[in-house]
Amino acid sequence: MAPSTPVVTKPSPTQEGVNWKPVLLGITVFLVAIFSLAPILWQLLTSIKTNADISRIPNVYFPREFTLEHYIQLFDRRPFLRYVLNSAFVAIVSTLLCLGLGSPAAYALARLRLKGEQLILGLVLIVTLFPYILLFLGLLEIVQILGLGNNYLALIIPYTAINLPLTILVMRSFFQQLPRDLEDAAKVDGYNTVQMLWQIVLPTTIPALVTTGILAFIFAWNEFIFALTFMTRETMKTIPVAAAQIGGATLFEIPYGPIAAATVLGTLPLVLLVLFFQRKIVQGLTAGAVKG
Amino acid sequence: MAKLEVTHLNKTYSPKIVPVKDLSLAVEDGEFLTLLGPSGCGKSTTLRLIAGLEQPTRGEVLIGSKNVTHRSAGDRNIAMVFQSYALYPHMTVFENIASGLKLRKTPVGEIQQRVAEASRVLDLDGLMQRKPSKLSGGQRQRVALGRALVRKPDVFLLDEPLSNLDALLREQVRAELKQLFQSQNTPVVYVTHDQTEAMTLSTKVAVLYKGDLQQLDSPQRIYSHPANQFVAGFIGSPQMNLLTLPCENSHALLGEARVPLPQVTEPQPAGQIVLGIRPEHLQVGKQPDCTAVRGQVFLIENLGMSDLVSMHVQNSELTLRALIANTTLKAGDELVLSLPPQQLHWFDIETRSRIPVQPETVAH
Repeated sequence: MAPSTPVVTKPSPTQEGVNWKPVLLGITVFLVAIFSLAPILWQLLTSIKTNADISRIPNVYFPREFTLEHYIQLFDRRPFLRYVLNSAFVAIVSTLLCLGLGSPAAYALARLRLKGEQLILGLVLIVTLFPYILLFLGLLEIVQILGLGNNYLALIIPYTAINLPLTILVMRSFFQQLPRDLEDAAKVDGYNTVQMLWQIVLPTTIPALVTTGILAFIFAWNEFIFALTFMTRETMKTIPVAAAQIGGATLFEIPYGPIAAATVLGTLPLVLLVLFFQRKIVQGLTAGAVKG
Repeated sequence: MAKLEVTHLNKTYSPKIVPVKDLSLAVEDGEFLTLLGPSGCGKSTTLRLIAGLEQPTRGEVLIGSKNVTHRSAGDRNIAMVFQSYALYPHMTVFENIASGLKLRKTPVGEIQQRVAEASRVLDLDGLMQRKPSKLSGGQRQRVALGRALVRKPDVFLLDEPLSNLDALLREQVRAELKQLFQSQNTPVVYVTHDQTEAMTLSTKVAVLYKGDLQQLDSPQRIYSHPANQFVAGFIGSPQMNLLTLPCENSHALLGEARVPLPQVTEPQPAGQIVLGIRPEHLQVGKQPDCTAVRGQVFLIENLGMSDLVSMHVQNSELTLRALIANTTLKAGDELVLSLPPQQLHWFDIETRSRIPVQPETVAH
């Protein structure tokens, strides 16, 4: 992820007449960006280097020759498109389920005076603290008993369950800061509860839904352990597993090029997703509803 | 067009939290009732009970002599303006104003005609396609009013609609509101903690305190005949002088001065009485037929059109505040103030309620 924009400080000319603040700021931003982005850049460059350049000593950092050979190989030798579609399907369905189940729960927790509300919240919070790896063995048993191996449900259900607590907590705090007057105004205007939720609350909630949705999507897209274990059939694999399992022609060959290409292809959808929705995640979409 | 009545309204959240204890009111067509009181007095809860946003624990709400106590807010044909305006942020001004009509399946032609009319009255032309975030505070306020007006409701409810505007705009909108609702001939219930709004806008004012109705009267009578010590102290700025005085025979003692008590049937049991006099009614110097009080000035506050002079009453711990125009007084000066007998208010020391003075006609 790109670092957040640093606070712009007002230039204050020093006595020597040199203003160091913007210079330092620039250098810092550059260093942070390099630190965060260098591995990605390295993968990107590797994926378009020729095999000769990859294995050359000393390292070739910035290649002169470019090739798409690794990408072509990826689609030629393996059903790579299929992996992308598998990942997309699992991630999209589990994200939608998460939002669809989590938001109503969050709304109820934010707005209704429920008995034991604190207890429910406490339980939800505990689930987020629980390392999900520990669930793994139990889940494996369940998947075996239910015969869900090599079934999308084996991934969709756990992903949804793991992401639900976060969704509930984030959405609840969003609903809490949503002005209550808005809902009262809708009631007075004659909206019934369903219409009010659908036509007034939901549209004002979109930024929060997008934000939590992206988080849930990224988790589901990147998840490895469950995907590795519950999906053994070639046509059911997701991108992280497939990328990790790319092997060479012999035992001793490590196919750096195709792995890098797979990494780039696996990351690209996430990058596009975030870039696209960044414009939608406009803070203060509710601005203007009420005077703050 | 319908009469609004509430009878024995009570809202109890818990034995300790009872925002509305037992309230009965009636608002006729064309009447403008203001619920006035300090924060936490139950005025907003009362409004929400009338609106149907809360269910009363006991009591009934009647609109046009129909019992609507158990109907939802949307079925009561009321319109409400919120303190925060509560405009729908994702809808344009037109959609905001029209939303209530659309839900009631009003024909498109009529919606457009009604919105156009409201827009003309409220001067919203040219803003119709904007989102609320692109409007100023005053414009948002007018959109919120427009949303209420187009509904042509049986009752208008307004919850502190001016409190988010700056002082200058507030005065202007207040005048506009008065004209607007005078032309509506519909009951209006208005909630505020600002006594100026209550006095200028209303035909009737209900003063509430701690969930109880203190007084329900015209603004003029609330000012001239406060029903009890709370109302006397709450209405009027600067605040009324309220002095607890010992009684002796038929006089109350204010320092060396002897103020004749009203002709009360029962003697004051505690030997004490509360005297109220507004700062603007105190007169400088010894006036005929008035009790004069001597004292020493210790503070002068300039209020622009007059000065608020505070003085220690001679031979007493009490202080009096008087509004005096064009004074050259300064701290330390001697001052004589006269108390015109027709401007005095007397309150029972125990019950804190008004003790009627003989010539005045009070409905009891």
